[in-house]
Amino acid sequence: MSRLRSAAAALAGGGTGTVFALLIAIFAVVAAVNPGFFEAPSLMAFLKQAAPLVILAAGQYFVIVSGNFDLSVGALVGAQVVIAARLIDGEESRTLPVIGLMLLFGAAVGLANGLITTALKVQSFITTLGMLLVLYGAIRLWTGGAPTGSLSESFREAGRMGIENVPLLGQIPWALLIMLALGAGAVQLMRTRFGRVLIATGDNELATARSGGRVDTVRTTAFVLSGLSATVAGILIGGFAGVSAQVGEGMEFTVITAVVLGGVVLGGGQGSVVAAMGGALTLEALFTLFNQLALPASLRPSVQGAIIIAAVAYAARQRRLTSRKPQREARPLTATPS
Amino acid sequence: MTESTVLTMRGIDKSFLGVRVLRSVDLDVRPGEVHALVGENGAGKSTLMKILAGVHTADAGTITLGGRAVSFTHPLQAQHAGVATVFQEFNLLPDLSVAENIFLGREPRRRGMIDRRAMTKRTADLLSDLGVDDLAPGAKVGSLSVAHQQIAEIAKAMSQGADLVCMDEPTAALADAEVELLYRLVERLRERGVAVLYVSHRLREIFDLCDRITVLKDGELVDSVAAADITPDDLVTLMVGRRIEAAFPEPLPDTDHGDVRLEISGGGNAWLDGIDLTVRAGEIVGLAGLQGSGRTEIAEAVFGIAPFTRGTVAVDGRPVKLTGPRKAIAAGIAMVTEDRKAHGLALRQSVRANARMVLDANRRAHSRARVERIPSILSSLDLVARGPDQEVRYLSGGNQQKVVVAKWLATEPGVIVLDEPTRGIDVGAKHRLYTAIRALAAEGLAVLLIASELIEVIGLADRIAVLHDGRIAGELPAGATEKQVMAYATGRSPR
Amino acid sequence: MSVRRLDTTALIYLALLGVVAVGGIAVAADGGNLFSPANLGDMFTRTSLTGFLAIGMTLVILCRSLDLSVGYTAALSSLVAATTMDGQVANIPLGIAAVLLVSGLVGAANGAIVAYLGVNPFITTLGVGLIIKGYLDTQYRGPAGDVPRDFQRFGYDGIAHIPVSTLVMLAVAAAGIWFLRSTRTGHHMYAVGGNIDVARMSGIRTDRTLMTAHILCGMCAGLAGLLLASRFGTGSAEVYTNLYELDAIAAVVLGGTLLLGGRGGVAGTVAGVAILAVLDTVFNVLQVDPFAKDVLRGAIIIAAVAIYARRQIDRSARRPRFTAADAAPTPGRPA
Repeated sequence: MSRLRSAAAALAGGGTGTVFALLIAIFAVVAAVNPGFFEAPSLMAFLKQAAPLVILAAGQYFVIVSGNFDLSVGALVGAQVVIAARLIDGEESRTLPVIGLMLLFGAAVGLANGLITTALKVQSFITTLGMLLVLYGAIRLWTGGAPTGSLSESFREAGRMGIENVPLLGQIPWALLIMLALGAGAVQLMRTRFGRVLIATGDNELATARSGGRVDTVRTTAFVLSGLSATVAGILIGGFAGVSAQVGEGMEFTVITAVVLGGVVLGGGQGSVVAAMGGALTLEALFTLFNQLALPASLRPSVQGAIIIAAVAYAARQRRLTSRKPQREARPLTATPS
Repeated sequence: MTESTVLTMRGIDKSFLGVRVLRSVDLDVRPGEVHALVGENGAGKSTLMKILAGVHTADAGTITLGGRAVSFTHPLQAQHAGVATVFQEFNLLPDLSVAENIFLGREPRRRGMIDRRAMTKRTADLLSDLGVDDLAPGAKVGSLSVAHQQIAEIAKAMSQGADLVCMDEPTAALADAEVELLYRLVERLRERGVAVLYVSHRLREIFDLCDRITVLKDGELVDSVAAADITPDDLVTLMVGRRIEAAFPEPLPDTDHGDVRLEISGGGNAWLDGIDLTVRAGEIVGLAGLQGSGRTEIAEAVFGIAPFTRGTVAVDGRPVKLTGPRKAIAAGIAMVTEDRKAHGLALRQSVRANARMVLDANRRAHSRARVERIPSILSSLDLVARGPDQEVRYLSGGNQQKVVVAKWLATEPGVIVLDEPTRGIDVGAKHRLYTAIRALAAEGLAVLLIASELIEVIGLADRIAVLHDGRIAGELPAGATEKQVMAYATGRSPR
Repeated sequence: MSVRRLDTTALIYLALLGVVAVGGIAVAADGGNLFSPANLGDMFTRTSLTGFLAIGMTLVILCRSLDLSVGYTAALSSLVAATTMDGQVANIPLGIAAVLLVSGLVGAANGAIVAYLGVNPFITTLGVGLIIKGYLDTQYRGPAGDVPRDFQRFGYDGIAHIPVSTLVMLAVAAAGIWFLRSTRTGHHMYAVGGNIDVARMSGIRTDRTLMTAHILCGMCAGLAGLLLASRFGTGSAEVYTNLYELDAIAAVVLGGTLLLGGRGGVAGTVAGVAILAVLDTVFNVLQVDPFAKDVLRGAIIIAAVAIYARRQIDRSARRPRFTAADAAPTPGRPA
């Protein structure tokens, strides 16, 4: 009984459990509206489409949990797609070198964000907002306004294709596999010393620094990871949807909504990367539900706006409640098997 | 009711988290008197003042102000009732002018608009009334010296028509010349019939300024006497007094004082000067001194937070440059900070994550064996928690402190600095920590112990260095009396 | 301490002067004249729109809040104006009133969520902005409404080369300066942004102050929407794509208002707006690629905040007891 209650508390408490409960609830409604959704092809298509946002959410998680924001990811995704099209220009042989270059570029943008934020003490909000403008302008300056060139077939493989003819499932999209691999990597990273110092930095910067933590270094690294995640997301989106000037627009806000929906606290120090990625899946599921209900896609931003306010207001309320709630009885630590 | 009083407090009780801080305290302040509230650190002076200021609410007891019974739940209520408080942390906005700060929330208006001319004029009048002629009403508070900021605070208090002004250690941050300014101001208040409740450690000031002195000890009222009727020596005796002796564990039998592990020669920076200090293996050296004397500054210098800019430091005979915590940790120094919530713990992380934080943050300190030792360290400290995954914010103060100690012991340090290790924790946990400190020494660590409660330093230290105004005023051997320590700490040479 | 630090507002006006001088020289070297009536007109016109938004933004940033919804509020307001006026001169006052009401309500929603629900202002105003965006996208697929000619004069007419809209913006700026300086609510914004605990201790109703700032910020966005409607002759949902909120924030931080609140003012913001406008005009005259402007704008925002951050750092909490002179073995200071 008490286990049931604690499970219920975990689901309603705004933590990792909540977002997955929400995801299941949305899926249940989707299933009710359109039972066909859970057949392999459409489910795989859903995951393929959701993969870029999930990957972006993992990258953004690192930055947010360390106490910052990265508003430049949308512009970076757009920039990467445009860079890929212009540099590859349809030549298959250039695919891999260009992808390497894109990863370097993504890391460099993250590094710049991180160094400006930590060394120059500019709030990350301003740093990454400035970066957003710089990327937006620089890319259009470089291409003369509209994207030029085209992507190679092999470049588009990752976002469009998958392992074909799998029994039961049909196609397993590369995007899904990449998402799972990077997701597992992100989870693993948070278990390393780096991950522990990162989350401690977001919780209490001073205490971490006085424990010898390299606060500025881990924060900068988080920005680099965010830049890299935007690069991968760019590769997948470019492959999936092709090149346009609008790619990535507004994505920074969508991804922050996703992370916040996952119960990750703005300001840092709380929340898990799994829940952040779960938030992205939930948001995508919600958008799918909208399609199923034939609601206009143009309403998406409104829903997103309402969700993000509700999620944060709910979390703020939960925090106020739990800080008043008396804790259950404690016993000596030795009594717990470790 | 034989004599008129501005303030009468009767039977004030206050506990924090089960720790009794004030026990049935009485206080009477008469109009126009400067009333000193004295006592050792932790005697309950600040708590009493905060109750008066409406910051804390008393658990029991009555407060009568100007003949009316009052009860405050918010600082504003105290202000409106005529109690103005000048805290150590200023309640001023640095970006606003003196006049704007003084009249914040009560700006004079003319036809609905802020009347800046009147505001400036009234500020100027107020300041000249207080005998302050070198403070411009239009000056930005952030650009002022600490003394002038304090004057602005006091002027703000006066502008509210206070009958009683409380000052908490007003000279703690002042240079000598600035102290004179404050003296003049207090005199002015007295002339105007305003009562001043003056919390201070400094005997000289107390005898220079005050009419009456109330002594608190361990949360209880010791006595309330006229300043003219008591000598400084007797006052110290009252402050130190007889006490229920806290039991301190004896040094463990196998504790040897070995080689010098920490040696500071001529250490100095902006807050310290000429610090010579050695700590041997197995030795507990206590740092005593009043608030602001430089105790914490020494700890911060040794740990590289505010490094020494002069002099040398050697650890185990090797000279080290302690320019940051990482350097200090690499040299084998650990530090349990004074404010564990701000500097010691990531409160929303688990016991386990906090306990291994130093190992995680320092590659050279990290090893599998050390990580695996953590549970046994925690249980040796008798940590009470629901489990290693419990967030530390839900632990009691004493258990939080055990986590902090554990995270440093995990690094197997050679030198450990303990800055107020028992602040705000209950008696049982305190005793557990005392035993742990003894055990550390027995293991051959050099322990530098800072505690504002004199009894702790005396009860635990093998040697006591007493600080005064950023310098070591004297060293005392184990078994020194509180009176001897206080003599050095208050800037008088002991006889 | 002989050299007194330059006041931030003075500094920003000096910077403006510098930008005008350098821009003037650059244009002259290119064979043009930055100060020709046409160029001056262009410069002034550019100031008005960002000006309205930035003045409102100054108020919320002073309170340590933020408003990312102003671009959407302005777009919504332009539609409200154009559809209410519907080509009828008689409806102009009604249109203006409707815009101020709607934009004020949006601001009130922002303020209430921030002040009473305790939601981070970034999230709040982003969310409210997105809600408006969804409404606009769904409800208006193209321009709507019709602005009567008489009202279009607000956008196009000028008095002695200075556009009416700029004059109105300057009047609003003057009102803003007066508001911050001479009303209690305005003055209290500095306290709320500087240290909310001190503000509370001083008896300031911090929630109301925050609400007022957000409502006024929303109404300023409403004025920007009126200007957009008068320029386009119709209401347009599309205008939110221009990221006006970022321009406004850029102008505010460039004008020396601290992003963390408590310091700054509308006078500095006006200079910040002017600097951005001068740069735009210079780039325009020199036919620099319009996208270079975004790059530069991003760099300027970061650089401005970095410079202000540098000016801040030296405020140490503790006051030194021993100066460097004590290090020298000179006897003198008694122990």
